[in-house]
Amino acid sequence: MDKHEGFMKALKCRECGREYPLSATHVCEFDFGPLEVAYDYDRIKQSLTRAAIESRPRTMWRYRELLPIAGEPTVGCQVGYTPLVKADRLAKCLGIRELWIKNDAVNYPTLSFKDRVVSVALSRSQELGFKTVACASTGNLANSVAANAAAAGLKSYVFIPSDLELGKVVNSLVYGANVISIKGHYDEVNRLCAEIAGKFGWAFVNVNMRPYYAEGSKSMGFEICEQLGWRTPQHTVVPMASGSLLTKIHKSYQEFAKLGLITDSAWHIHGAQATGCNPISSAEKAGMDFFKPVKPNTIAKSLAIGTPADGFYALKVMKETGGHADDVTDDEVRDGIRLLAECEGIFAETAGGVTVGVAKKLIASGKIPAGDSAVLCITGNGLKTLEAMVGHVGQTREIRPSLREFESMLKDEEKAPVAA
Amino acid sequence: MPINVRIPTPLRQLTGGEEVVTVTAATVGAAIAELQGKFPGIKDRLLDDKGEVRRFVNVYVNEEDIRFLQNQATPLKDGDEISIIPAIAGG
Repeated sequence: MDKHEGFMKALKCRECGREYPLSATHVCEFDFGPLEVAYDYDRIKQSLTRAAIESRPRTMWRYRELLPIAGEPTVGCQVGYTPLVKADRLAKCLGIRELWIKNDAVNYPTLSFKDRVVSVALSRSQELGFKTVACASTGNLANSVAANAAAAGLKSYVFIPSDLELGKVVNSLVYGANVISIKGHYDEVNRLCAEIAGKFGWAFVNVNMRPYYAEGSKSMGFEICEQLGWRTPQHTVVPMASGSLLTKIHKSYQEFAKLGLITDSAWHIHGAQATGCNPISSAEKAGMDFFKPVKPNTIAKSLAIGTPADGFYALKVMKETGGHADDVTDDEVRDGIRLLAECEGIFAETAGGVTVGVAKKLIASGKIPAGDSAVLCITGNGLKTLEAMVGHVGQTREIRPSLREFESMLKDEEKAPVAA
Repeated sequence: MPINVRIPTPLRQLTGGEEVVTVTAATVGAAIAELQGKFPGIKDRLLDDKGEVRRFVNVYVNEEDIRFLQNQATPLKDGDEISIIPAIAGG
């Protein structure tokens, strides 16, 4: 083991187990299986205790031993440790005993869970000596790469589908990133990026840096366990695009159990998709262990991946943990956004509406029993997808700055109440 | 006019570093067989032991995933381009 690589041992193929050096590479040369970081858990166990974690700053890096960088983080040192909110009003609406919202809509600095993966990917990119970073993105990843690269003084190229929400486009451009808009959906952007990544010597966070990048998602699960008082929730509902986050939340619980940081061993992981892009949930509902790619058509653009790279593993995790998947229509997505906003004062992006909508269905069908506890993973901020809600929320009422006019407006509304 | 096949980085050691190679086959399946004739070993990397395209390999003809076409039976004509691309994450 190379002591200069921190607690990492090697990159390992998830399919055949072949090992590779800890470089910027992501697929097994033999069977194209995804490579994953292997850790030295014996050494980690000696240094990562509850007391050690609790003594550290409240960021995702308090679990540093389980994140794949060799030295100290250099990018995104303040990311994570977002609020875990006890959602009693929403629990009542959905008909479940105990409900929590893991609120990455307020993650630092770009208001989505992607700041977690990007801080790992860019810190590792620096260790490997890259000066230019890039990504294919449905929006949130692009925002985070652009912002974190700017703060680290790295050059960045972000590739996005041309139909993205304005908020997500401006949120990448403002940092001075090179934003390349591709005429096509995300799967086509991704295919192009795979080809570009093979040609240019850049750190593509979701391509050649993927083994490191994806591990950053575990920090969301670590935080959930710690914030619940060192236990896992009975149920965790996770939105699925590529399916990576869902598999990493499961892995985070497994790692904490393996290290003795939590005592529970039973948890159920459920996956949420939009009906307009549901390759994983439709496979789960049909009881299949593989998915059929689809062409996305949904307002939940951040989840619009028709060929989900981790779909196979996400299905496996749901099966192994007794979890389920479901999907919701665009109208149900908006209802979910409104419900979360009106019950808890949290404005989530469309993916959050998907998660709330699917949780509602799973609870109603008894797949999540009403007497249990659940955590919903909210991964992005509603201010970035305003288009989805325009015309679907209440309207402003305009009056002149006159007390009489205000009183008269209230009086009229009492006579004919407007819908809130 | 031949059919161009774009070879991904992990397979280029089999093609002597060539990024693009040409075939004349009439279907995707036949193209893979033709590649195997030219670059022994490449078929095992693309297909599993049942002869199906491996789970983490995506094959495209003119930018369309062959799973939306006719998989390995997808017909090819002169000037078509095949891309072989490993599945990648994102979001």
